[in-house]
Amino acid sequence: MKLEILNGHLVDPANDIDEVADLFIVGGKVAAVRKPPSAWEADHTINAANKLILPGLVELSASLRQPGQEHKATIRTETKAAAAAGITSLACLPTTNPVVDSPAEVELIEQLSQDSGHCKVYVIGALTRGLKGENLSEMAALKATGCVGVTNVLHPLKSPLVLRRAMEYASSQALTVFTHPLDHHLANHGCVHEGLTGLRLGLPGIPAAAETAALAFHLALIEELNVRTHFCRLSTWRAVNMIARAQQDHLPVTADASILHLFLTDHDIRDFDGLCHNLPPYRTQQDRDGLRKGLQDGTLSAVCADHQPHEIEAKLAPFQSTEPGSSTLESLLPLILQLVDEGVLDLKEAVRRVTQQPAEILGIAAGNLSVGSEADVCVVDPGLDWTLNSETLLSRGKNTPLLGHRFKGRATHTILGGKLVFQLEPE
Amino acid sequence: MSDLDGTQLIDKLGHDLGVFMRARDITEPLLVGIRTGGVWVAERIQSMLEIEDELGVLDITFYRDDFSRAGIQPTVKPSHLPLNVTDRHIILIDDVLYTGRTVRAALNEIFDYGRPASVSLAILVERNGRELPIQADVVGTRLNLEARQQVQLSGPQPIVLEIVD
Amino acid sequence: MRHFLDISRLDRKALTHILDTAKSFTSVDGRAVKKVPLLRGKTIVNLFFEPSTRTRTTFELAAKRLSADVLNISIATSATVKGESLLDTLFSLEAMNTDIFIVRHPESGAADFIAKHVAPHVSIINAGDGRHAHPTQALLDVFTIREHHEDFSKLRVAIVGDILHSRVARSQIEALNILGTREIRVIAPRTLLPANIEQVGVQVFQNCWQGLRDVDVIIMLRLQKERMQGAFIPSEHEYFQLYGLTPERLALASPDAIVMHPGPINRGVEISSEVADGPRSVILQQVEYGIAVRMAILSIAISTGDPGDGDET
Repeated sequence: MKLEILNGHLVDPANDIDEVADLFIVGGKVAAVRKPPSAWEADHTINAANKLILPGLVELSASLRQPGQEHKATIRTETKAAAAAGITSLACLPTTNPVVDSPAEVELIEQLSQDSGHCKVYVIGALTRGLKGENLSEMAALKATGCVGVTNVLHPLKSPLVLRRAMEYASSQALTVFTHPLDHHLANHGCVHEGLTGLRLGLPGIPAAAETAALAFHLALIEELNVRTHFCRLSTWRAVNMIARAQQDHLPVTADASILHLFLTDHDIRDFDGLCHNLPPYRTQQDRDGLRKGLQDGTLSAVCADHQPHEIEAKLAPFQSTEPGSSTLESLLPLILQLVDEGVLDLKEAVRRVTQQPAEILGIAAGNLSVGSEADVCVVDPGLDWTLNSETLLSRGKNTPLLGHRFKGRATHTILGGKLVFQLEPE
Repeated sequence: MSDLDGTQLIDKLGHDLGVFMRARDITEPLLVGIRTGGVWVAERIQSMLEIEDELGVLDITFYRDDFSRAGIQPTVKPSHLPLNVTDRHIILIDDVLYTGRTVRAALNEIFDYGRPASVSLAILVERNGRELPIQADVVGTRLNLEARQQVQLSGPQPIVLEIVD
Repeated sequence: MRHFLDISRLDRKALTHILDTAKSFTSVDGRAVKKVPLLRGKTIVNLFFEPSTRTRTTFELAAKRLSADVLNISIATSATVKGESLLDTLFSLEAMNTDIFIVRHPESGAADFIAKHVAPHVSIINAGDGRHAHPTQALLDVFTIREHHEDFSKLRVAIVGDILHSRVARSQIEALNILGTREIRVIAPRTLLPANIEQVGVQVFQNCWQGLRDVDVIIMLRLQKERMQGAFIPSEHEYFQLYGLTPERLALASPDAIVMHPGPINRGVEISSEVADGPRSVILQQVEYGIAVRMAILSIAISTGDPGDGDET
């Protein structure tokens, strides 16, 4: 099978390409860029005039809800949504039921995603057994079955000592630790940013210090142990500054922000909109601007969707009782393009943050269109106007504060290992 | 139609009311005006008849039968009746008697204050268009108006009656 | 005004209208028949997800004095009661053709949530939600203040105590700001003050000696017993030493200052008996006015038409 994608604006940050060019694919691999291989005759042609040709997006954090939470979503529904959003690789979290803390769950997830065949799925395993924060998970076994990292997500660890040992053990298995910096005692069951909106609504707040104190604590250990750590979902400008300093000190740390944190603030919660309930919470304008600045100067190397699909009932309660998180896979690409429109990043840099960079953080071969690499590609119509709503959302989770929002830019074709896995139906 | 002379009508009403009370042997009446026009009329008659007891004031907002349609008026003020109306002879005074609904509401309210010996009704302008079996005991004048016409009262100094289309 | 959820949605005119209406309802209290027929045939449900005697009884009495039928429903919430069942409860009560739900709930935003989901003919009155709002209490408080000091632009009001957990304080501050109060002070240790409190139009004091000086109104807040466990204050004793209202502290305020408390009071914790029962205390008036204020809110909520279009004679 020979596939050619012609006349598109090809953006491949890893190879420093940002020009109108053609892409040629043979046998599931990128065969050539710009000029066709010799004696080329395509079986299939995609005309990408006025469109973007990008490496397939790499998503750092998606909850696929399987096994055990199929009422929220399944691997099949969510990988299909990912494909429609131009995402060809994603990392899923261990917060399933049972928790992903042994090879059995990893194998099950890998099997189900291969059967579905819409998107490559990588598993981040549990740092501690059952995510209970007490005993280490069998990290070597997790790694052997394909886990790309370990995390305790937002579950607390029993003590600083457990954290130290877990970090050391992960490092000796060459596993990246994915850390969500949050001091649970300071957070004290809060559900919004501790600020004016929380005060007015009478909702218990999570102070910025709940993030920075936990971050400082981790950094102190990293400084001593030299353990490769990725900090997930920063939400405060102070934390961004701390990461920048740590990077200047050559600590082995990277960090990301979720796409919604780059747009929303606590002000969006003003009439108790449970769809804006998120952990970490959306914070102030100053924090949002600090995250954007961190993105510009490279302190935050990647942007992720932080996809958390829920059933409708999960959000059908007073704010504090709703489950946090949003269904965001399908908002990632248009919002990244909006950051370009708003002048936060240029196009190549923006694409890098959702392709090359997350792939590097996960340590996977993806996120570029180098000749010889897996042909994971997405073709995007950057001018296409569309509205996000329950009908257009493919994810089973309809929980997003952006329902009804008009977007510009949408994937028209997604190619996974040379195979067309999504094509937008013309309206 | 021309305007009516309010002062002259009140004089007549006051005079006729005096006659009415003597005939009924009412010596210590309790005058009660219905807010707003009825209170103005009642105040004049109170001084004409040299009644010393405090004037009662009714605001029938809370007794209206069209409440859920009309809502609470921004001008609603407390009613004020002497604490004990039981066994008193009440003279209820209003400016215009039209459908009779206001008087019905006023009667209900009075009985929530106690059980009066009697209630009589004195009206400045009685017009056609009754929707309830209510009639005045003493009137200043009677008018036959078309449905679209209204009697408007302004005051309190001077009290002017006007018929508007 | 279909729903009555918090103070911040009112403007000065609407707020004053409620207070004026409440004033006219105070006269109902002194009559032989303490009832007006305004809400005859209407059904009002007291839907309480949190125990409360005072608020529930005053709402019940207010509804009954308006001749409405009243149903009291208390539902114990626990962590396991989810939103689904909250809505299910609501829908089944709605099916009984009720007109008003008076809702008290331990979670902030619960009344808003219910208001978003009720049928269009039903009104929701917030009788306290979490730490968010207690708008009827705040209105009866400003009503009580207005009975003693008419001009808010001349008033200094101090709110003393656990501001952090208090929905009453939040609503009071909003109401006092809308009425143009000259100065609103909050007095508490930092552990009981919410972050950003200085941004809502109040002066912050951490001691009574400065905070109470020359104030015209002192509002004491209730200190919940469970605050003793959360490292908010060391002891009731020390709290009373620092923030309890005693005759000596009351003497710092202006000579005609009034003392208020939303009740129920903890004698010897927030306030000494001498002050609570003294001549400056208007605590019992607050309870009495609470009925008239709630009558006003219930009648305004149920009257859907434009005020002033009924013209009959």
